[in-house]
Amino acid sequence: MTLVLREGYDAMAAAAVDCGCRFFAGYPMLPFTGLLDAFARELPRVDGVLIQADTEIEGANMALGAAATGARAATGSTGQGIALMQETIAEAALNELPLVVFNVARGQQDYFQATRGGGWGDYRTIALAPASVVEAAELTTLAFELADEWMTPVVLYADHMIGFTQMTIEQQAAGAARPAPDKPWALDGSSGGTGRSKVIWTWRQGKHNTPGPGPNRHWQSVAQKYDELAAVESRHVARHVDDAELVVVSFGTTGAFVDYVVDELRAEGHRIGTFRPVTLWPFPSDALATVARGDACKLMLVHELNAGQMIDDVRLAVEGARPVRAIGGVSQDESGMRQGDLLQVDVIRTRILDAMTGAGR
Amino acid sequence: MTARGTVVMALDRCKGCGLCVPVCRPGALEMTDERNAKGYVLPRLLDGCTGCRACAEVCPDFVFEVYRFDPVTMGASDEEVG
Amino acid sequence: MTDVDLTGARKVAAFAPDLLQSTEHHLCPGCGHPVAWRLLVEVLAELELVDRSIGVVGHGCYTQIITTADVEFLQCLHGRAPAVATGVKRMLPDRAVYTIQGDGDMVSEGLAEVLHAAARGEPITCLMLNNGVFGDTGGQMTATTTVGQRTKTSLDGRSADDHGHPIDVPEIVASFPGVAYVARGAVDKPNAVARTRRYLREAFASQLAGEGFSLVEVLTMCPTGWAVPTDQGAQYQRDQMNPTFPIGELRPRAMPPGA
Repeated sequence: MTLVLREGYDAMAAAAVDCGCRFFAGYPMLPFTGLLDAFARELPRVDGVLIQADTEIEGANMALGAAATGARAATGSTGQGIALMQETIAEAALNELPLVVFNVARGQQDYFQATRGGGWGDYRTIALAPASVVEAAELTTLAFELADEWMTPVVLYADHMIGFTQMTIEQQAAGAARPAPDKPWALDGSSGGTGRSKVIWTWRQGKHNTPGPGPNRHWQSVAQKYDELAAVESRHVARHVDDAELVVVSFGTTGAFVDYVVDELRAEGHRIGTFRPVTLWPFPSDALATVARGDACKLMLVHELNAGQMIDDVRLAVEGARPVRAIGGVSQDESGMRQGDLLQVDVIRTRILDAMTGAGR
Repeated sequence: MTARGTVVMALDRCKGCGLCVPVCRPGALEMTDERNAKGYVLPRLLDGCTGCRACAEVCPDFVFEVYRFDPVTMGASDEEVG
Repeated sequence: MTDVDLTGARKVAAFAPDLLQSTEHHLCPGCGHPVAWRLLVEVLAELELVDRSIGVVGHGCYTQIITTADVEFLQCLHGRAPAVATGVKRMLPDRAVYTIQGDGDMVSEGLAEVLHAAARGEPITCLMLNNGVFGDTGGQMTATTTVGQRTKTSLDGRSADDHGHPIDVPEIVASFPGVAYVARGAVDKPNAVARTRRYLREAFASQLAGEGFSLVEVLTMCPTGWAVPTDQGAQYQRDQMNPTFPIGELRPRAMPPGA
């Protein structure tokens, strides 16, 4: 096992390239820009293509085109730029194209964007939220694998902290990732003139000789696919929940800080645990509901650095079985580019202890 | 007059746009009051067709199949589409 | 219809190219798009690109081509075709990759995409079918609607004071380095059709030779959008559009060395 010291940007780009990503297009925006720069360094070493697009919309559409040829392709931005890409992401979903979208976010305020999306129609995207540089590299690989397996866009929700943090990670062995599956739907021109030439189209009406299901049945089948996906692909990390009276739910890098505080509190004798969704979508509702309904749990706290986004999904999962309270809030630093004070361990500790007191323990 | 060309017309798909009439230099096409099943008025071929293909070139509905009658004497040449 | 005696006749024009799986379409009487479709598939067949080309098609009446032409298509978002085509071409550089877009798609919604693709010298061929209206949505003004042209959103005729002037993309990109070939054709009469067929051939040839970005604009009649009788569409185009959008090669292919 070879350990290397890698900045989050490099770790994600290297993981992408190592699992076969050969196309990336994006437009600079802080804190995403470091990832664009990293792909610009990584892709040429495998004869891949890096295009700095002239708008986010352009970059997303370039990546969609590359994905339509069967290549592993990605794009990315920061929240505002991801906002520009929404139509394109929906288009990829309804075309059933694998497309990985990196959001190197300015904080946790893009949870709704990552899980609800702002595109059109009945579509979902898998959304993966790493808590560290190591997990960001692992989930990058997983993102490409899931995108291909389910023929869907996948959002990788990283952030400023992951981008700029250096961590030792295990260097990926060549070929370690699952290879891309066969893609008989991919375009390469060769079905032209056969009478059964391919067309990729969200309306899926097909051609005169080869009629398709049409928009109604196609969009129904896409919706059904997402139901099937949701039943099997959710991922989470639960720690110390078996005896926890109080469970703190968080996502992304916030989770690492919450774990640190909870470990401290456990050492002081508190029966407290954590639950961290790794897939923001599909949200691990069943697992969270099981924890909530367990004999130990009396209260769930949600610590997220936004005005309350993931807490909606927590409440939906818990369905009133236990009280759910927000202990986070909007929190940016003074530059607006990254998380602010609510990420500090002493602040988190105080808020958890205050909530414990309030619970009448 | 011996025709130098002729057309076969798939009038079931004609949409009566009339674009073929002015491009026919011999004036061998005119619109009629006949209508197809879709209700569109139809062209008909008059004498004088030279098989120049102008109608087929401009028709949006692929109505025309164009033929030329080969000349009997040696040395005669086909008129090219202008 | 009376039967035609074809004794001694030889066919000089078939109904339609074999590549069209059907000759039926839902486009209006007198629409110029199907003529442009026909020229495109004729050129693809002539250049032996049928099984090594991918068309990226935007949103408009012309989009129906993807249900009939027997070549591979990727239908994409309004205006984005040059960007999507870029992604396709970069992954499959030896295929002929082209876009089919309307004037609304390319010049209104997608102006940034086509200009940036041209500036990159992306070796794709962009086709714009220009009828100066958003036909598919009922005939609204686009960025190529000519001054004086009446549309649903310029009911008294486009006014320069109120609506500005139309944009001529071929003239703009013709000056970009990295652009290999630019032309504007039409399908209103036989010799225009013949010239347009040649322009399309040149454009694809320039792509195959790796010369850079190519673009062909084709004026296509839209009597419905222009509110003129179908048999006057061709003349309306010549009177109203040709003066603003002159026919010809705006950027011929560079002469090969030693020629």
